[in-house]
Amino acid sequence: MSLVNCPECQQLYKELDEYIDSVKGNTGVLINVLHKAQEIFGYLSEELQQHVSEKLDIPLSQVYGVVTFYNFFSMKPKGKNQIKVCLGTACYVKGADKILERLQDELNVEMNEPTSDGLFSIHAVRCLGACSMAPVVLIGEDDYYGRVSPDEVSKILDKYRRAE
Amino acid sequence: FDSGGSVEATKSTSEVRIVLRNAGSIDPRNLEEYIALDGYQGLAKALRMTPEEVIEELKKSNLRGRGGAGFPTGLKWEFTQKVRSDEKFVICNADEGEPGTFKDRLIMEGDPHSVIEGMVIAGYAVGASKGYIYIRGEYFESVSSLRDAISKAYEYGLLGQSVLGTEFSFDLSVRLGAGAYVCGEETALIESIEGKSGRPRLKPPYPPVSGLYGKPTVVNNVETFACVPPIIDKGAGWFRSIGTQSSPGTKVFSLCGDLVKRGIVEVPMGTSVRDLVHKFGGGIPKGRTLKMVQTGGAAGTFIKPEEMDAELDFDSFKKSGASLGSGVILAIDETHCAVDIAKNLMEFFAHESCGKCSPCREGTRVIVYILDEFSKGRGTVEMFNQLYDISETMEESSFCGLGQSVPIPLRSILDRFKDEFLSHLNSPGCPVGVCEFDKPEKKKR
Ligand SMILES: NC(=O)C1=CN([C@@H]2O[C@H](COP(=O)(O)OP(=O)(O)OC[C@H]3O[C@@H](n4cnc5c(N)ncnc54)[C@H](O)[C@@H]3O)[C@@H](O)[C@H]2O)C=CC1
Ligand SMILES: Cc1cc2nc3c(=O)[nH]c(=O)nc-3n(C[C@H](O)[C@H](O)[C@H](O)COP(=O)(O)O)c2cc1C
Ligand code: SF4
Ligand code: FES
Repeated sequence: MSLVNCPECQQLYKELDEYIDSVKGNTGVLINVLHKAQEIFGYLSEELQQHVSEKLDIPLSQVYGVVTFYNFFSMKPKGKNQIKVCLGTACYVKGADKILERLQDELNVEMNEPTSDGLFSIHAVRCLGACSMAPVVLIGEDDYYGRVSPDEVSKILDKYRRAE
Repeated sequence: FDSGGSVEATKSTSEVRIVLRNAGSIDPRNLEEYIALDGYQGLAKALRMTPEEVIEELKKSNLRGRGGAGFPTGLKWEFTQKVRSDEKFVICNADEGEPGTFKDRLIMEGDPHSVIEGMVIAGYAVGASKGYIYIRGEYFESVSSLRDAISKAYEYGLLGQSVLGTEFSFDLSVRLGAGAYVCGEETALIESIEGKSGRPRLKPPYPPVSGLYGKPTVVNNVETFACVPPIIDKGAGWFRSIGTQSSPGTKVFSLCGDLVKRGIVEVPMGTSVRDLVHKFGGGIPKGRTLKMVQTGGAAGTFIKPEEMDAELDFDSFKKSGASLGSGVILAIDETHCAVDIAKNLMEFFAHESCGKCSPCREGTRVIVYILDEFSKGRGTVEMFNQLYDISETMEESSFCGLGQSVPIPLRSILDRFKDEFLSHLNSPGCPVGVCEFDKPEKKKR
């Protein structure tokens, strides 16, 4: 799933560059640019970081430092559907670890690695700000699942499998 | 679910709503609805006052920072106002990441203009012409809500050149966080807005003297800003008539964990933990017994059911050992093990330690190691005591508030559940049966 060397990339780079041009000159925009880059490309490859570094005229070492500091940024491809399991205390007391265990069993995959079909990856996160619905699982940007029980896990996954 | 509306707001007759005066009852995307309910009246009034008068009113109200530390807001603004500088900034700390806290999100998604209005008033009072709202990257809906509200405020002349036709100008934009808990610490947050890795700076100097790009900067929490417009509009006296002497006004609480009714409530400062758990939270479900309550968030205190008469305000930690912090009430019932809870919490801190200073970087790791040993039946009395030694070192020599406050929850749970920790040393082991001594563990992070 290397997006970087594909022909469509020209288009993706163009989209990113348009965004960079619109914010360039403002101070401290690196993080917003990286957000945009990850949104467009899915992850921040070395090549992409190099590109951002040149476009913003910021040393590559600084770009790399920022990418590795923040949990939100990833240098590896993630699954098409990112499954975020909240392990914050409020979710933990409601059995979040059991949900995580079930997910790992169902998908048979390491944390933060995409499944072999590229469909899913599992990520442990801190509080998602929906603690009243604990335990909380977030898939993609806004599919929140609250009060999840381990037995519901496979049903939830099926929804995304069917969408293929 | 639609993330905005679904953060359940538990309504009750004894709630007092200042911050959440509109949340849930107006359309947050419709500025006219906000204006119809006295929105931007506080700003209009402030602009007729001198900056000094605005600050005086806030000082009289004794509004204290809702981000957790309770520093007097009027004083913070006064410091910032008094420093001479060609440029000053106002920052809203919306990096809400304390596990169990979801109040700022409800405010941003339910009533974004209350935050914007508070920030414009701050800009006028301290002489700043630029503001930033730093929002957690994961709060997609909050980001969209605030961006929409900001663009409408520009359309109506409430932001930008000559606010409401006066000579005062103020620009406002949103900056995204990227998933680092430490970026909620104000100086780390400032580094992050500058586009760098969010590692804390040495304090003092505090942001009012040297903040964003070294310029005088006001940093306040979302809830703090949302309190400002009604204070200016209705007066300091009105605000002081609510809450306690030392901590006037209301506090928004996030109720979570093993409670019948989980959600957000806004009550006068000084409300007891008991009322929050039983009256507002509906007590403990499934006929189970309450074992402990964590108040104040991850960095807050664990208390036992018999301590629940503690009335929460900014002084309650000193008075009764229960901290207010960011307003979390996390109820934990008898089915949970104290060692396991402590371990989960300390894993969080170890994961979020930014690594800048060794007491915190190493301290949190050793704490997790020891608690893990306890959960596997391999703890010792020496190790238990060592947890107190590490706490002392971390408290005294950590560089920022993250490391400094790890000992607060740790000691409070060790003090209160010493017997339970020590019973993990001998068979039959974990009294609740949560810690299975020979179960292999999966990698979680
Ligand atoms: N809301 C949340 O999600 C979280 C909140 N917290 C809270 O954060 C608190 C610790 O925050 P810190 O900023 O480290 O506390 P702090 O005590 O260093 O500062 C509190 C505020 O007062 C200001 N201040 C203090 N002394 C000052 C002075 N002499 N001159 C000018 N300004 C001054 C600081 O600039 C800051 O805005 C804890 O109490 C904790 O409850 C911690 C984690 C998460
Ligand atoms: C590790 C750490 C995380 C913090 N996270 C937040 C946060 O998410 N939101 C917040 O308002 N304050 C947070 N704070 C407190 C801020 O440093 C600062 O005190 C606050 O924004 C000041 O605003 P206030 O005076 O309105 O409370 C955090 C502090 C520490 C040490
Ligand atoms: S106390 Fe922890 S979070 Fe704070 S600077 Fe030190 S390592 Fe970083
Ligand atoms: S602790 Fe899981 S959503 Fe808050």
